[in-house]
Formats: sequence, C-alpha cells, structure tokens
Amino acid sequence: MSANTNAEEHHQGLRNPPREVVLRIRRRDRQDGPARWEEFALPYRPNLNIISCLMEIRKNPVTRDGQRTTPPVWEMNCLEQVCGICTMVINGRARQSCSALVDNLDPHSPITLEPMSKFPNVRDLVVDRSEMFDHLKRVKAWIEIDGSYDLGPGPRMSQEDVAERYAYSRCMTCGCCLEACPQYGDGNYIGPQAIAQVRLMNMHPSGKMSRDDRLSAITGDDGITNCGNAQNCVRACPMSLPLTKAIYEENRETVLHGLFGWLRK
Amino acid sequence: MANNGIRIAIVGGGLAGLAAAMKIAEAGHSVDLFSVVPVKRSHSVCAQGGINGAVNTKGEGDSPWKHFDDTVYGGDFLANQPPVQKMCEMAPSIIYLFDRMGVPFSRTPEGLLDFRRFGGTLHHRTAFAGASTGQQLLYALDEQVRRHEATGKVKKYEHWEMLSLIQDGHGVCRGLVAMERATLELKAFPADAVIIATGGPGLIFGKSTNSMVCTGSAVSACYQQGARYANGEFIQVHPTSIPGEDKLRLMSESARGEGGRVWVPKTQGDKRQPSSIPESERWYFLEEKYPAYGNLVPRDIATREIFQVCLDGYGVFGENQVYLDLTHIPAETLDRKLGAILEIYEMFVGDDPRHVPMRIFPGVHYSMGGLWVDFEQRTNIPGLLAAGECDYSIHGANRLGANSLVSCVYGGFIAAPAAVEFARNVERNGADGSKIYDDELKRQQEINAGLLKQTGAENQYVIHDEMGKWMTDNVTVLRYNDKLKATDEKLLELIDRYRHISLNDSNMWATHALPHARQLHNMLQLARVITLGALNRNESRGAHYKPDFPNRDDEHFLKTTIAEFSGEGPVFSWEAVDIGLLEPRKRDYTKGKQKAQAAAGGQAEQSPTKEGAAQVPTPGSELKPADTSGPATWGQKKEAVDGAVSGEVTPRPERGDSIDEAGGKTEKQ
Ligand SMILES: Cc1cc2nc3c(=O)[nH]c(=O)nc-3n(C[C@H](O)[C@H](O)[C@H](O)COP(=O)(O)OP(=O)(O)OC[C@H]3O[C@@H](n4cnc5c(N)ncnc54)[C@H](O)[C@@H]3O)c2cc1C
Ligand code: SF4
Ligand code: SF4
Ligand code: FES
Repeated sequence: MSANTNAEEHHQGLRNPPREVVLRIRRRDRQDGPARWEEFALPYRPNLNIISCLMEIRKNPVTRDGQRTTPPVWEMNCLEQVCGICTMVINGRARQSCSALVDNLDPHSPITLEPMSKFPNVRDLVVDRSEMFDHLKRVKAWIEIDGSYDLGPGPRMSQEDVAERYAYSRCMTCGCCLEACPQYGDGNYIGPQAIAQVRLMNMHPSGKMSRDDRLSAITGDDGITNCGNAQNCVRACPMSLPLTKAIYEENRETVLHGLFGWLRK
Repeated sequence: MANNGIRIAIVGGGLAGLAAAMKIAEAGHSVDLFSVVPVKRSHSVCAQGGINGAVNTKGEGDSPWKHFDDTVYGGDFLANQPPVQKMCEMAPSIIYLFDRMGVPFSRTPEGLLDFRRFGGTLHHRTAFAGASTGQQLLYALDEQVRRHEATGKVKKYEHWEMLSLIQDGHGVCRGLVAMERATLELKAFPADAVIIATGGPGLIFGKSTNSMVCTGSAVSACYQQGARYANGEFIQVHPTSIPGEDKLRLMSESARGEGGRVWVPKTQGDKRQPSSIPESERWYFLEEKYPAYGNLVPRDIATREIFQVCLDGYGVFGENQVYLDLTHIPAETLDRKLGAILEIYEMFVGDDPRHVPMRIFPGVHYSMGGLWVDFEQRTNIPGLLAAGECDYSIHGANRLGANSLVSCVYGGFIAAPAAVEFARNVERNGADGSKIYDDELKRQQEINAGLLKQTGAENQYVIHDEMGKWMTDNVTVLRYNDKLKATDEKLLELIDRYRHISLNDSNMWATHALPHARQLHNMLQLARVITLGALNRNESRGAHYKPDFPNRDDEHFLKTTIAEFSGEGPVFSWEAVDIGLLEPRKRDYTKGKQKAQAAAGGQAEQSPTKEGAAQVPTPGSELKPADTSGPATWGQKKEAVDGAVSGEVTPRPERGDSIDEAGGKTEKQ
C-alpha cells in the first residue's frame, strides 16, 4: 500500500473531496445470465473502503438514475485482507475489496467493480473458486503425519528456513495471481498458487518424504511447464508470495524428478 | 458406503471444527463438515498473536499448572476448573502437533520453537508464527482435513449454512437442516451426533473485531431448540481497535508496550489537527489517573477509561475515538518493533502512524459465554456437542490473550471422541424413521416461505444496525440496570418490527437477504440472553462491569448463568462453579503483577494436582459427568493421559518443580 505523504489530510478526507463516490458495478443475475453495468452513487466520506460502500448500497439499492434494483451481491468475511474471500477486479486490477480504500482509488472518477474473469461467475461480484481448493487436493498440499496423537516436537529448523516457508504459507487462496496469469484458464494450467504450495510442502523435512507424489501432480499436461514466465503473478499477489521463485525451484525439482523417474523405469 | 458406519456432522470449519474433523476421520469414521464460507476462510485466520502452551523452553520454570492458575485467575474464577486444567496439560502437545504438521512457528537460534510473552503471565508461553498465527494454524488443520477429504472420510459442505437441529421424540439430536447459499436449497442431513463449532457472536454488536460470519446464529438456533446457553453476559471488549465504517480492526497491545501514549484534546470537540494541539492542551488521561501503570493498565481498565472519556464528550472530533500516539518515537524504531501492525493501520486508515496519531476505540472482541457443555464438550441435548468460541467452558469472566486458539483445538479434540462414543452407544435408525427429518425440513421451508411472502416497511439492515448500536452502547463496557432494561425493551421492539421486514432482494439466486434475515432473527434472540444475563448479575467480575456494583461478589454470584429458551424469552437458572483445584482469590492489579504472580506460585505449591481433584463434587453439579477421564483424552499418548489424570509424574519435567520466580523478571504488557 502506498505510504501517504501528507497523511493528515485523511482526517478531513481528500484536499478537494468529491461530493459523491460513484461505483460502476458489473452485474449478473444468475450463473449463465447476461451481464450488465449499473452505477451507484453515495455521499463521499473520508476513509471509505469498497466494502463499506457496498454495504451502504445494499441497504437501499437504487441506481444513480433513480431506478430501484436488487442489491449487488459480494462475499466478505475477515475484512482484514487475510481470508481472501472478497477478491474482485477493481479499476481493472484483481484485489481485495476490504483493503481497497476509496481515497486511494481517485474517487473523482467512477470506480469499476467486476467479478474475477477466470472463475465461474455465480452472481454479481461472486465467483466460484473451488478449483483452487481442488488443485490443493491434487498436489497433496499437506504433510503426511503419522497421526495426530502426541509424538513430541517436529523436526528442528533454522529461523531462516522457517522464514522462507512462512512466505509461502501466507497464501490465502484469493486467486489474484491466477487472474493475472496469461497462461491460466480453461483448465490448461494448474497455476502459480498450487505450485507455491508444492514448494511450501517440499521444503519441509517431513514433507520432503512425499515430494515425488507432489511433483508428479505438477508434471502433467497442465503442469508447471505451461508457465510462460510473464511474472504477472508476483506483481498481483497481495501477500507478496515469491511465486516465480517457487516456480523456478519446483521446475528444477521436476527436472531432477523426471530424470530419476526415467532412470527407475 | 456401509450403512452402519458412524457419521458425525460438524458445523463450522474454524480451528475447533477442523480439529474435531481431523480426529474423527483419523479414527476411521465419517464426517460431514458444514461451513458458511470455505473452511480455509474461517474467522480463525484473523488471530495474530499466538497460541499458549507451557512448554518451558526458556528456563523459567513454567508449567501447565502455572498456565492453569493464570487462566483461572485471569478469568476471575468463573470457569469450572477441571477442564481448564486439562487444557493446560494438553497445550504443549497441541503446539508440538502443529509443529509436526508444518506450521512455520518462529524459532530460536538453536532451531527450537520460540515463545513470546503475553498479558496475564510472567512466562514466555506463547508460540507464534510471524504475525499471523491463527492463519497458519488454521491452514495446517485445513491441510490435514483435506487429506482426509481426499480419502473420502470427510465430506465438505461449504457454502451450506446450518439452520436447525433435527431431534427425535426423546429430544435426541439426530442431524440438522442446512441451506445451500446459492440455490437456497434446504436439506436434512441425518447424523449420529452433531458438533457445533461456529465461533463467536460479534455481529450482534453490529461492528466488532470479528469476521462477518460471526453471527452466533447457529448457536442461537440450538438455544431456541433447547440447548442451554451459559454466561452470555461475558463479552470481552478490547481497548484498542481501529474504528472503521465496516468493522473494528484490532490494534495490538504491543503499540502501548512500545511506548504508545493515549490522549484526547482537553477541549471537547476540538477541531484542530493533532499536530497543532500543544502538549499543554492534551489530556493523557491514563497516565494522569494511573501514574504507576500509565498506558499499560490492564485491558479491562484501559477499555473502561477510554469508553468513559468518550461518553463524557472528549472523543476526538466529537466522535468515539481517542488518540494512540506513537509519533514521539523515532520512525526507525517503530519500523523495527511494530512494522507489521503499523502496516495494517496504514492499509486500512490511510494514515501513517509514524507521523499521525492513530485513532482508536474499544471494540467488541470475544465471547466468553456460549453453549453450556459438560467436561466432555456435550451440551444438554443428547447427541449435540460444542467446541471453540461457541462454548462457554474455559475462559470464565475474561479470556487471556492467546488462550482462545488453544481452547478451540482442545475443545475439538475432546468433542471428537465424545461424539464417537455417543454415536456408538445411541440406538440408531429408531422407529421415528424419516418422519422427524421431513418434519423439520418442512418447518424450515415454511419459515423461508414466510419470509419471502412477508411485505412490510421495515428494513433488515436497519434493524441490524439498531440492534448493534443499542448493544454496543449499553451492554459492553459499562452496564447500568436501567439501561439494560431499556435495551431489552428495545430488543423486543426490534423483534416485533422484524415481523414487518420485506427481504430487500427480489432475486433469490445467491441472495444474501434471506440468510441475513434468518441470522438476524437468531441474533435478536441471543442478544436478549446477553442483555438479561447482564441485568441479573449485580456485581462486577472480569469483563462484566457495573458501576453501581463495582466489586466481585462471590457470595452471591460465583455461579454460572444459564439461559434456556421459552416462548416468553430466556429463563435463567444458575449453577455452582467447580472450584475444587484453586481457592478463589481477589484479582488485584493495583500491586505489581510480580506480587500477584508470587501469590499464584504459592498456590501452585500448596495444591499440586491431586488425585481425584477433577471429581470434587460441587453443589448443583449433577449435570456434569463424575469422571473427566475416559475418551476425553482419546488420541493422546496413553502414559501422558494417565499422568494427566492422576497427577503422577509425566514426561514433562517441569511439573511440580519448585517455583523460581522466573528469574525475577518484571513483566511488560
Ligand atoms: C482480530 C482477532 C485476533 C485474535 N487473536 C487471537 C490470538 O492471537 N490468540 C488467540 O488465542 N485468540 C485470538 N483471537 C480469538 C480467536 O481467533 C477465535 O476465538 C477463534 O479463532 C475461534 O475459532 P472457532 O473455531 O471457534 O470458530 P471460527 O474460526 O470463528 O469458525 C467458525 C466456523 O463456523 C462456520 N459457521 C458459522 N455459522 C455457521 C452455520 N450456521 N452453518 C455452517 N457453518 C457455520 C464458519 O463458516 C466457520 O467455518 C482473536 C480474535 C480476533 C477477532
Ligand atoms: S510467471 Fe508463470 S505463473 Fe506467473 S503469471 Fe507468468 S505464466 Fe503465470
Ligand atoms: S499466491 Fe498470492 S495471489 Fe495467488 S492465491 Fe495466494 S495469496 Fe492470492
Ligand atoms: S474480507 Fe477477507 S480478505 Fe477481504
């Protein structure tokens, strides 16, 4: 988030605040229905985020030209940019609507809200991201512990290794990276989110023991080699995951794995 | 699928629900897991600080017994002690388990788990993963449950919202009715036992630090179907949250720990920017009133003072907010020590707290109260169990920081075997056949149909806002009996107006209007339990504070409030608290905490965990099981379990060690 050079202005809002905030929302009534745009306006106040605008519109949904309409539907939960659920495309960029502040979006022109385009659109701003969770299942993104009974502490690790894993472990399955990735869509590429989780698990001393299973899950037709190295994903990730590093490392691992797999035959 | 396999329904996929799901699947039984949001997006991700467990790796002589003492003392002696003790015994093994599951806990130079200090204790007892411990713990359980999902042991129903329980003619819970959130399809799900793990009820207060699914709606539905609700009046309000239009975001205590100063302008409604207000015109009210502790007075006191100052009209810009000022500290120091939390403030408020004082206000944070459960997480409805923030069992009148995550996992680990045990023994496929399922399904369909038909001038979101405002104004920090009575009257008015809402969406596909209306009804019912529970309790204890009754009154109120639903509203009764392990003593924060802790240490020495302590009978405790061993410790190592129950020497060497006063370290909050 850009640091605010003259932060005090936020107490009173912007220097020359607009009278109202205009939201242009891409709407769809049902999964395969037609899409349309609707515009809403609300009085400007300092410190609005997109969610509080939507909450206000929902209370009394009337478009800018006075038409009664249905309330726009969107998802939200944590409101702290940590659950990932509220992701949508705001002024052309996929991001979390809870952490999108109106004051930082230039409220002098209309703000556009659209659902993410890479996932089935359920209604309005809601999309179905279950494929991301399915991918986690496919790549076996878990540590194969013997059981959850008391077996004492886990393996020792240096803070350095932990810090590297921690960076991958912050992924909130929001989908921004997939929305930005030119290769992702129509099931032809598993995408950086799942590959980063493979990296997370393969780095762990116990996780390493089932590394081959995970590697074979990302070496299929839709596997890691589909990455065109456009690096859009890293720039899009709100949690700053080192996604291209994960792709690089896992690519290396799959090459080795492929070699050994081939030798074993 | 074999018809006679055990199938348990779990409602909620936060830490508690996932912990239970993992245990049940691991034991070879089937789980249906329901959650409004994908489980990986549950509220537990919000927890930042850490998880408590007396692992004692810092040479401080920490022990589960001291953790137990801190928890009971911090909770102002309202918690039944046996389950608290058992949780503290289990806590180290819970942390180790998460370590094995791959949680990136912060490490010491030797590669061991690192621990930090939290409020209410002298010891480094809090394991943490960066500044997102809850997220990391939840993900670890999510991964393990996904593993069981892959083998077919767990079936997830994400985006399904539980609406009600299904009970047979004997009142035994036989399953639940849930609603799919896109299609609004209703379905009855038979189950051999149901575990509720739906988290806290923050949304009853409108805005809180909770996530948006924390409505308490499922719990209220259980209450309205006969489950007892205990200690509802105990709501924790955190002193420093960031007011927002949509929610109150938590500002960590560490901001004050690092020297943050709380102040307001001396002139009411002062319109000047903070930097233009000279030092002499600022009121550092905490420093003035508590010269010894200053800005680091205990949580409840800080909360009350900030609240009062705003009530008296001194809030910044006339609003409910005070300054939390870090601008006198060099930016470089702030970045090093508080970087992550300053970024949160910056991200959501847009101000840079290095140069502009933060504006904060107390925010509703956590419910100590919840569904009544016995020592094996069983509610009073046979076949219905509860775990996590939605049960009342561990935290008494006030929760200590970093104790919730551990209590959620503990609750899940206890509920899982207890549910299986129940399922084994209950007579299944009774004569009621499918009728009970059809009947309840029909009842729920009719409620939905009624709401759809309803036409009236009332707006559901307006009613929600009004409820939140009244609850926040009158049933949080300072409680007066006349205002509590007025609030209950207001709630009755809102319940009446609720009958005249029309859903504010005409498109029912994936609408939020219908689910919200259902939740609103349940929130209003639970709001009455909270309000009237507070009205009844004429004392001050933990988070519950009445200026007209400023002292704790053990003679009359050392007892658990229990609410049961009736058509007329909640009916209250009281149950004695099991204080068989620790004699209640006065909570005293006017002395240094070291002294208070010394008292705790003395206590620990005098009363080692004695055999049978858990069975000490207390008046009015007939509903509790006489024995807290048995399946409750299922899944833990047998020897450790025996040790835990009998108080014999366990593999953990620190137990029973003489108390060396933590090297005389002084505590900073
Ligand atoms: C900002 C913040 C910071 C915190 N920090 C800490 C900390 O550092 N340490 C600590 O110990 N505690 C902390 N807490 C407290 C702790 O996070 C919570 O108490 C805990 O996460 C609750 O977990 P849970 O499993 O009980 O429920 P939750 O995680 O709230 O999960 C509830 C689940 O129930 C589901 N659900 C709800 N209703 C229904 C329904 N009707 N049908 C189906 N599913 C339903 C939801 O979808 C969700 O999956 C913090 C709390 C907050 C608000
Ligand atoms: S680097 Fe690879 S994964 Fe990332 S955006 Fe480009 S193609 Fe997609
Ligand atoms: S990697 Fe980043 S952008 Fe992609 S899903 Fe995870 S958090 Fe979102
Ligand atoms: S609501 Fe959780 S990320 Fe925005």
